[in-house]
Amino acid sequence: MKSMGATQEEYYRGVRMVPYDLVKELVWAMVGVGVIAVLAAAVFSSPDVPPVTIATWAQQDPVDLVTTATNELAGSTTSAGYGHPYNSVGPGQSWGPIAPQSWFGVRIPIDSANAFVIQPLQKASVGNSDLTSALDTWQKASSDQQTKWLDAYTKALPDAKVSDGKVTVASGDYGPLPAMMSNLLAVAQAGGVDGLLATNGRFYQTDYTQPLLFMGDGGYLAGLAADAHLTGSQWGMMNETGLYPGQTWLWLYTMWYQVFPFNSTTGILGLNAGNADLGIIILMTVLTGALALVPFIPILRDIPRWIPIHRLIWRQYYGPHKARVQT
Amino acid sequence: MAVSNSTEESSWTLRLRQGIDRHLPMDHLLPDRQPYYVGSWVYVFGVVTIAALVWVIVSGVVLSFMGPQWWHDSGVGRFFNSLHFWSVQLFFIFMVLHLWGQYFMAGWRHGRAATWMIGVVIFGISILTAFTGYLSQQNFDAQFIAINAKDAMNGAGIGAFFNVLNFGQMYGLHVMLLPIGITILVVAHIVMVRTRGVVKPIDAEGGARS
Repeated sequence: MKSMGATQEEYYRGVRMVPYDLVKELVWAMVGVGVIAVLAAAVFSSPDVPPVTIATWAQQDPVDLVTTATNELAGSTTSAGYGHPYNSVGPGQSWGPIAPQSWFGVRIPIDSANAFVIQPLQKASVGNSDLTSALDTWQKASSDQQTKWLDAYTKALPDAKVSDGKVTVASGDYGPLPAMMSNLLAVAQAGGVDGLLATNGRFYQTDYTQPLLFMGDGGYLAGLAADAHLTGSQWGMMNETGLYPGQTWLWLYTMWYQVFPFNSTTGILGLNAGNADLGIIILMTVLTGALALVPFIPILRDIPRWIPIHRLIWRQYYGPHKARVQT
Repeated sequence: MAVSNSTEESSWTLRLRQGIDRHLPMDHLLPDRQPYYVGSWVYVFGVVTIAALVWVIVSGVVLSFMGPQWWHDSGVGRFFNSLHFWSVQLFFIFMVLHLWGQYFMAGWRHGRAATWMIGVVIFGISILTAFTGYLSQQNFDAQFIAINAKDAMNGAGIGAFFNVLNFGQMYGLHVMLLPIGITILVVAHIVMVRTRGVVKPIDAEGGARS
């Protein structure tokens, strides 16, 4: 190992020095990069597809919204069974004893059925005696009775008909569910559920956890994302709407989701699609650490000496007319 | 003047100034001469990365001053968002080229390992900053990236403290804390480069080891 010596002067002793203008280089770099960025901005603009609202979802795919809300009551959506940090229902991801998802507990408590369905309906029930009665029936019913209604309604929903934005299912014993869902759908179509979930009892707020989790439980937003090639199995984390480059720097992180064992249900050594997020975060942390420690890792630090790209970079030094010594 | 000498020796200010003068004199910070072998375009990637970062910060300051809604409703705002977007793209392109250039030059040699390591940390924080920027866009991309990314964050336990569905948290990190971190580390990176100067060619002083 060679050290550089106490000062630059000692390090460069004997090396021929040539004139150099750092400030001019920086100014020209600023101008050049600025011109490219301004031209790209003017010619290509930037992506800005409007966000999806719960109102849009309810208007465009009312059956999906009603199905999702029903599944929230049944506790069968992603967020209802998620686990930490939203609730304690699901086990969360782990790899052997490494289970960071469960280490920090329920930090962002979300009760999906209440937050996304019951509470919005309770707020909407003021002055609506039919809805008040339906909610009362629901809440007084036994858990078994609720489950029977939910099972029957869930089975009927795939054949639901949509007319004038309203969802109707074949006759059956669904208890108060049709009344509850028709009211929720109407409020959602008018934009009320957006407001109720976004404000969440506050005036100023910047936290969209609840409406995003609710929309994430449905199929509508996911379908739009799949159409735009944004899902995880489509290299989605580095993609973007339109023909824009997106977060291309996430290519390595995104790549792991496309390959074994992270795209496999069985996997190897306990790593599979079920704990892919945890496995890939661990893998990328190790790789990033290795990149930072390249100067100390044999082989990795020696590759630049073996591959003579440096001979192109320092052509003046390695060329036939060497003028190394200061004159 | 024993008292005076003692006072000077105990002066933190004087010792700091002397240390700066010794390790980073102005002719190192703003050099007008370089070794003759510093001629490749590879050396430009570092300075254009800094130039792109300046444009990222300038356009970002304008966007943050006008507020997160502005660029959705205004043509001028959209232009500044586009300038920010393309400056970020250029910043990453140049930074990756700079990283690969330094790798194949084994730029960590002769006591420069810390400079390399800080560069890698800057790269990592830049990715996090860009990620929070994508989450702060308030459009469809931001929505789905948040929904998709929450599983990775939660699976790793990070989501308990870094909630990608919380716009306020992501926006605050994006416009304040992370840029401050990048700026401080970039200044440290530049100072370390200027303090030690550019590394010699690989076989000039032995192998590629640090």
